[in-house]
Amino acid sequence: MEQIATSATAETAPMSGVANGEAPKVTARDVCVFYGAKQALFDVNLDVPRNSVTALIGPSGCGKSTFLRCLNRMNDTIPICRVTGKIELDEQDIYDRDLDVVELRARVGMVFQKPNPFPKSIFDNIAYGPRIHGLVRDKTHLEEIVETSLEKAGLWKEVKDRVHEPGTGLSGGQQQRLCIARAIATTPDVILMDEPCSALDPIATAKVEELIHELRQNYTIVIVTHSMQQARRVSQKTAFFHIGYLVEVGDTEQIFENPQDKRTQDYIMGRFG
Amino acid sequence: MSTSMILLGLLIAAALAYIVGIVRCRASTGGDVAKLHSRTGYYGSYLAIWTVLPALFLTIIWAAAEQPVIRHLVETSLPAHAAGVENDALMSLTLGRINSVAEGLPKLSQSEFKTIENARLGFTPMLEAQRLLQEKGVILGAEPEPYIISAAYDEVIYRHTSSWLITGLAALAALAGFVYGFTQIRPRLRARNTVERVVLAALIGASTVAILTTVGIVFSVLFETIHFFQSVPTFDFFFGTVWDPRFTSAGREGGASGQFGLLPLLWGTLFISFVALAVAVPIGLYSAIYMSEYAGPKFRGFAKPLLEILAGIPTIVYGLFALITFGPFLRDTGAMVGLDIAASSVLTAGIVMGIMIIPFVSSLSDDIISAVPQSLREGSYGLGATKSETIRKVVLPAALPGIVGAVLLAASRAIGETMIVVLAAGIAANLTLNPFESVTTITVKIVSQLTGDLEFNSPQTLVAFALGLTLFVITLALNVYALYIVRKYREQYE
Amino acid sequence: MATTQDTLHAAADGRKLNDPAMLKRRYAAEWRFKAYGLGALGIALFFLVVLFYSIISQGWTAFLQTNIKLDVALNEADFQDADGQITEQSIRVADYTKMARDALQSTLGLESPTRPEKRDLRGLLSRGVDVQIRNKIESDRSVIGQTVPVWVLANGEVDALIKGSIDRNTPEERRQLNNKQLAWIDKLIAEGRLEKQFNTGLFTYGASSQPETAGLAVALIGSFFMMLIVALVAVPIGVAAAAYLEEFAPKNTFTDIIEVNINNLAAVPSIVFGLLGLAVFINFMGLPRSASLVGGLVLSLMTLPTVIIATRAAIRAVPPSIREAALGVGASKMQTLFHHVLPLALPGILTGTIIGLVQALGETAPLLMIGLVAFVVDYPTTPLDPATALPVQIYMWASSAERGFVERTMGATIVLLMFLFVMNAAAVYLRRKFERKW
Repeated sequence: MEQIATSATAETAPMSGVANGEAPKVTARDVCVFYGAKQALFDVNLDVPRNSVTALIGPSGCGKSTFLRCLNRMNDTIPICRVTGKIELDEQDIYDRDLDVVELRARVGMVFQKPNPFPKSIFDNIAYGPRIHGLVRDKTHLEEIVETSLEKAGLWKEVKDRVHEPGTGLSGGQQQRLCIARAIATTPDVILMDEPCSALDPIATAKVEELIHELRQNYTIVIVTHSMQQARRVSQKTAFFHIGYLVEVGDTEQIFENPQDKRTQDYIMGRFG
Repeated sequence: MSTSMILLGLLIAAALAYIVGIVRCRASTGGDVAKLHSRTGYYGSYLAIWTVLPALFLTIIWAAAEQPVIRHLVETSLPAHAAGVENDALMSLTLGRINSVAEGLPKLSQSEFKTIENARLGFTPMLEAQRLLQEKGVILGAEPEPYIISAAYDEVIYRHTSSWLITGLAALAALAGFVYGFTQIRPRLRARNTVERVVLAALIGASTVAILTTVGIVFSVLFETIHFFQSVPTFDFFFGTVWDPRFTSAGREGGASGQFGLLPLLWGTLFISFVALAVAVPIGLYSAIYMSEYAGPKFRGFAKPLLEILAGIPTIVYGLFALITFGPFLRDTGAMVGLDIAASSVLTAGIVMGIMIIPFVSSLSDDIISAVPQSLREGSYGLGATKSETIRKVVLPAALPGIVGAVLLAASRAIGETMIVVLAAGIAANLTLNPFESVTTITVKIVSQLTGDLEFNSPQTLVAFALGLTLFVITLALNVYALYIVRKYREQYE
Repeated sequence: MATTQDTLHAAADGRKLNDPAMLKRRYAAEWRFKAYGLGALGIALFFLVVLFYSIISQGWTAFLQTNIKLDVALNEADFQDADGQITEQSIRVADYTKMARDALQSTLGLESPTRPEKRDLRGLLSRGVDVQIRNKIESDRSVIGQTVPVWVLANGEVDALIKGSIDRNTPEERRQLNNKQLAWIDKLIAEGRLEKQFNTGLFTYGASSQPETAGLAVALIGSFFMMLIVALVAVPIGVAAAAYLEEFAPKNTFTDIIEVNINNLAAVPSIVFGLLGLAVFINFMGLPRSASLVGGLVLSLMTLPTVIIATRAAIRAVPPSIREAALGVGASKMQTLFHHVLPLALPGILTGTIIGLVQALGETAPLLMIGLVAFVVDYPTTPLDPATALPVQIYMWASSAERGFVERTMGATIVLLMFLFVMNAAAVYLRRKFERKW
């Protein structure tokens, strides 16, 4: 049933454009994160709209990456980390005991700060997710998935002759797009991006931003970024974090043109951070 | 013993020179230490170095050369029939007798010495000389021939002269060095720089000891191996399938009649090592995976030291365990289910050796698995992989070269392991595929050929060096290759 | 766009992303994999327990030895030589075995034992009793003429009976002690004349063919000499080499060769070092066989890589800021090394040294090559005297057939493991105590 619902969303999404009045894809309520005794996030409340790009900005150590990693429970891999509050994906509590983290991460893909292709061929990198989730019927089907994912990540043309060469042999920007293709291959609803362009040069960054723009039509994207220009370019909604608090959230236009909070204003004006 | 007396003398001289150096440099500036280039201690060391170093080098070179030179002198003085130019075994036998007589001679009193001299010249019966020497603890199998007494007599004289000569020369060198150093001391002398240069040379010297050891191993083993191949054809050694080094007593003709086929030993070594790896690699690798990926810090803190204990147990203890506990246990268990397992079977030695290697494999693999960057794991988790899927499909393939290196190092260790197989493997050189039978290994044969009273120059003894060289080459190749792989692997993720 | 999306999602038809059966399978695999890991670790630790259990259960009895209290009549007549004088020589040659047997005979109240009875009586006592009684008299001659109580060693068979490794219920003809002897033993036990006492002999005797008079003294002294030599040879050379490689060596082929060489040397089989020692120290340099000096030198060469590698790690852990500070106030490189770097690296060097010594103490194979497998009765007084080493002694005892030696072998192993344990504990303590976070 879940699957049909997702497909339906995907089909209708391009028409509806930016979600207006629709139920948010992800809702976070009173989220607190602790590393051991130290608290890293304080009562964060945030709605992530469907089929749009939400940017999380703020100075280093403000908790934006920590919040992002809560959305697919990546923080589970850190033994001392503890999360309280409630995060819902399509009105389903993702920290619910009955919800499976493996299933969640298949639905909420992630792209990391540094491109991290597996030391395998390009093909195997993409095929990895579908294979472990048992999404593959046969060989031709798998090839189809790989090609489609690479196409969607705008990489197919560049690598179609060498899909069986190691993914680590690509350039930095290509590697990052490979990681995005890898995430797409498991058919997620949401893609989390943790500063995806911080290790890339401007040209590669432009390509990735273009890609994000295209992906928005089918996916809900949450992106953490250091660059305010990037947030402005790619996102429809922006949330500003500061030392563990969510200070201000709103339409990107409004945050950059007319911030309500003094701290947001200072940060955007480049007074700190 | 005189060499150690010289060294002691040099030590005292160094202490004196140190004090003199300090006094001298103070005097050179009229007591104003601030005018000196270096601190006073350096001037003391400077003088001490000049006093001791030349004399020390001289003594060491002399001590190294003394033995071969005297031996050569004695050898050339022997009559042709006794020297046995073409027979090494006879030669070393003769030299051994001369040596033991030479050791006895200085213990004799003046008049007894006279008797020996007379005997040598033929005035008194040789039997008398033999009796006298016997009283001083020199046991001679037969009446000594006159040339033996002669040679021994010469040897004693050479030794005596040599020891006086070197004492004198060392003293002279020390004095000369001292005088030169003393005249050099002035306020502008850069004593510290000189001393530091000498210390640096000493440090460099120390770091070449490792190289010298390798060179020593290669040359000593190679030398004796060439010696061995003079009496046994190379082909017969490397491709022979029968190991039967008939023990013959020293010096007798036909000592080389045994068969020295390497293959059964090599097979035994590889077979046991294979069993050991079959035990150690899965257990060690899975332990490492559990420790590095699953275990919490508390569990790790408890289990890791325990594994380290397993690694710290001497191999003799494992051998003992195999011999006394595990071998009989395996034999009895086999008997219960109707299997005929020898107490010293391939399985016994292999499994116990495997236990020994477990911590080796696990700690190396642990390091290597930890070196796989966290970002790869996160990438996999982010796609919704479970932990085991991440480990099996991402971490292990990424760590594979390193793990292969670790396994090769473990193999090299298994091949070179001695005490477990000496105690728990057999001595019969079988070429068998049955793991319940016993085989023997290269290391076992090295030990058995070299313990026991054998004449050193017989092929039965020398074969141990040929085996040692084979062992050294195999393990060296494995080590070099494995270390290379591991190094490359680490560089990849640095 | 919609078509590609369709293809992607078509991937999921038939098998859905959240198919519970699939998930169940995946989690079962997860659980299995984890169980393998834990199981492997469990097996490794199980071996550890079995190893220790088998050694301790078979070895702890070696620390006890059965002794018999005899009232030995030391008649003056027995000590006089032909001239009726008591001299050192006459004391040395007196028939102590007979005295001991007579004492046992009268203790058991046998008036005139038959020949077989005499033999059985002798069978209760160790062959080493004569030395025990003689030592007593040589230390205090005034006891001659008195009847003195002496605790002497019981025979190995008696010891085995008391420790339970001979079964009383086996038929007499297959038992090493006959019924009469058993009766005597029971009588002695009842009178409190036969009991297990702490086995000091294990630590004070040298080699012997009788298990009850075989001890570790020579091996302990030999091992001590060797450790001393390793500490005096390997440690200074190792530290000097490490200091050079870390602080002075330029990056060139020569230092590369040294590096590779050290790493390889650490992995050369120990037995090859034995061959080196035999060829170089004994055959070429003419040092005596069986001497702990040669053993020490061979072990030094073997330990050298360990010391170098540990010292280098310790030196590398000293932060560059310390060196810069020292150089900044005008110290030379050498002064920086000796005044600052080495003292700060000392705990690490010490730990590495102890680990090297532990390795050397447990090493057996190379020592077999250079003749330390020797039957040595007298204590060695210098490193040039014939000696054995602790692990070699274990090897020699393990190769003896008698049952008494099995117990002693395991006992000696316990002693060896204790030494290693103490040294390792010292290393851990040092590391903890001086651990420094820069």
